[in-house]
Amino acid sequence: MIMVVNEELVDKLAHLAKLEFTPEQKADMMADFQKILDFVGKLEELDVEGVEPLIHLTSHSASLRPDVPHVTITHEEALKNSPLADSDYFKVPKVLAKH
Amino acid sequence: MHQSAHSYEAVIGLEVHAQLLTKSKAYSPDPHAYGGRPNAHVSPLALGHPGTLPIPNKRHFELAAMMGMAIGATLHQTTMFARKNYFYADLPKGYQITQDKTPLCTGGEVMIKDATGQDKPIGITRIHIEEDAGKSMHDIDPFNSLVDLNRAGIPLIEIVTEPDMRHPQEAYNYLIEIRKIVRYLEICDGNMEEGSLRCDANVSVRKKGSTRFGTKVEVKNMNSISNVRKAIEHEIERQIDLLEGGGQVEADTRGFDAATGRTHSQRSKEAANDYRYFPEPDIPPVVLDDMFLEAVKRSMPPMHWELHKKFTESYGLSEYDAAGIAAEKHFALYFEKLAALCPDRKAAANWMMGPIKGYLNETAIEIQDFPLDVNTLAEVIDLVGQGKLSFAVANQRLFPALLQEPQASPTLLAAKLNLIQERSDDYLLGLVRQVVANNPAKAQEYRAGKKGILGMFMGQIMKLSQGKADPKRTSQLLEEELDN
Repeated sequence: MIMVVNEELVDKLAHLAKLEFTPEQKADMMADFQKILDFVGKLEELDVEGVEPLIHLTSHSASLRPDVPHVTITHEEALKNSPLADSDYFKVPKVLAKH
Repeated sequence: MHQSAHSYEAVIGLEVHAQLLTKSKAYSPDPHAYGGRPNAHVSPLALGHPGTLPIPNKRHFELAAMMGMAIGATLHQTTMFARKNYFYADLPKGYQITQDKTPLCTGGEVMIKDATGQDKPIGITRIHIEEDAGKSMHDIDPFNSLVDLNRAGIPLIEIVTEPDMRHPQEAYNYLIEIRKIVRYLEICDGNMEEGSLRCDANVSVRKKGSTRFGTKVEVKNMNSISNVRKAIEHEIERQIDLLEGGGQVEADTRGFDAATGRTHSQRSKEAANDYRYFPEPDIPPVVLDDMFLEAVKRSMPPMHWELHKKFTESYGLSEYDAAGIAAEKHFALYFEKLAALCPDRKAAANWMMGPIKGYLNETAIEIQDFPLDVNTLAEVIDLVGQGKLSFAVANQRLFPALLQEPQASPTLLAAKLNLIQERSDDYLLGLVRQVVANNPAKAQEYRAGKKGILGMFMGQIMKLSQGKADPKRTSQLLEEELDN
């Protein structure tokens, strides 16, 4: 069963992604989402009875890293590409209303 | 509180996050260190830059496995990571790397005391591995939130209980126990005020006798163990009042305000979150072999409940002394070393619980910094045991002198300070006769039957001898003298 994309679904995803769409954009999104799902939905035609889901593409297990600290970028480099920062912090729009 | 509050019971489950004491972060090598400049302990991964790949930290698994072993959980040797997706400025990747369907540990239990002091096991649902987020500060800049990513990626475990607790005091006791366990294992410093140990509580209420759970509310933002108890107390009251007023409890996340002692809703319904967990594609399954688990097992310290049992059953200590000594790991281990040298375990315990604990409290130091070696203390205990020194003199004179001169030999120092108990009858009898002669009226009273006056004589003799008179022999000689 291929999922049907409706306005409610797009609104929910927009909320989770912290995005806002105009009505025109929303209509475009709905059409695009539906196309993508229909395309992937082709897979539903396959009989996968008894086939284990493939979660990872490799049969290797993860290699673990020894617990050795290592500085890869400096404080200055970390803040350099930020659109808004002071000498210590990244600055972002206020994210939580104060109770 | 509502009148019919007693007809309800609370159902409480806790989720505890513990920051593990690794040197580097969970999935990248940036230092896990305190007190650095903001955004100094970061890496492209912590900053969410594109093209970065996470590599799990072996130590993270070792410390998490220790916690699992300590509480008797099942350790799963094949375990996978998952992404928990949400957008927030202190999580630049847009997802937390955590575990969803395949936690490292499941099952196990933590033994606590219930509200009436009886043993009660609290079931553990799972312990999984995950990473911390950064820190946002909303109160410093009037127009922006400030973000510090030093904490982003710090290794965490989340310990989730079954909904087994029925009283805020049980939640309190559980957290005290968890803190003790992580400190014994030395996997987390257990400091709730500083956020290295954090707790969220799931609270619901139901009519007593009901087997169905009520609607649960998650309470957050409690930065001390007492505040967890307070927040749960308040939340139970709030829910009962709602139900008794004909209302309903709504599933909600509520923050606790320590200033008012109240909880308030943090999440409106339309903002309900959907984390869309899916398997983390960047980290293949982690497989822990038997050798890994054996090594972790070998590195486990004795736990406080094991020491407590040994102290009461093998050493014959009282419940009180055993609990007091086992409460803190290094204190207990010092006692263990001392007990190995002292046949009189009770005397060793008395020194731990009395003079040593007193000294540590007064000077606000830890046992690791206590200046006296166990051998020195064992020698002091032996001197008292042999009757060469009274406990009082050892405690009040020799112990402080040794603390000034920790390398000194207790026997030589006691001799130098002239503290060795006098036991020769000639010496003692001289003192007895002197004191009796000085107090003829009191001696008369004694002979007339006022036996209690003996203490006065003993006090005078001890004073004259500067505490060195052997009290047992002295009191024999004194009675003989007075009865003559």
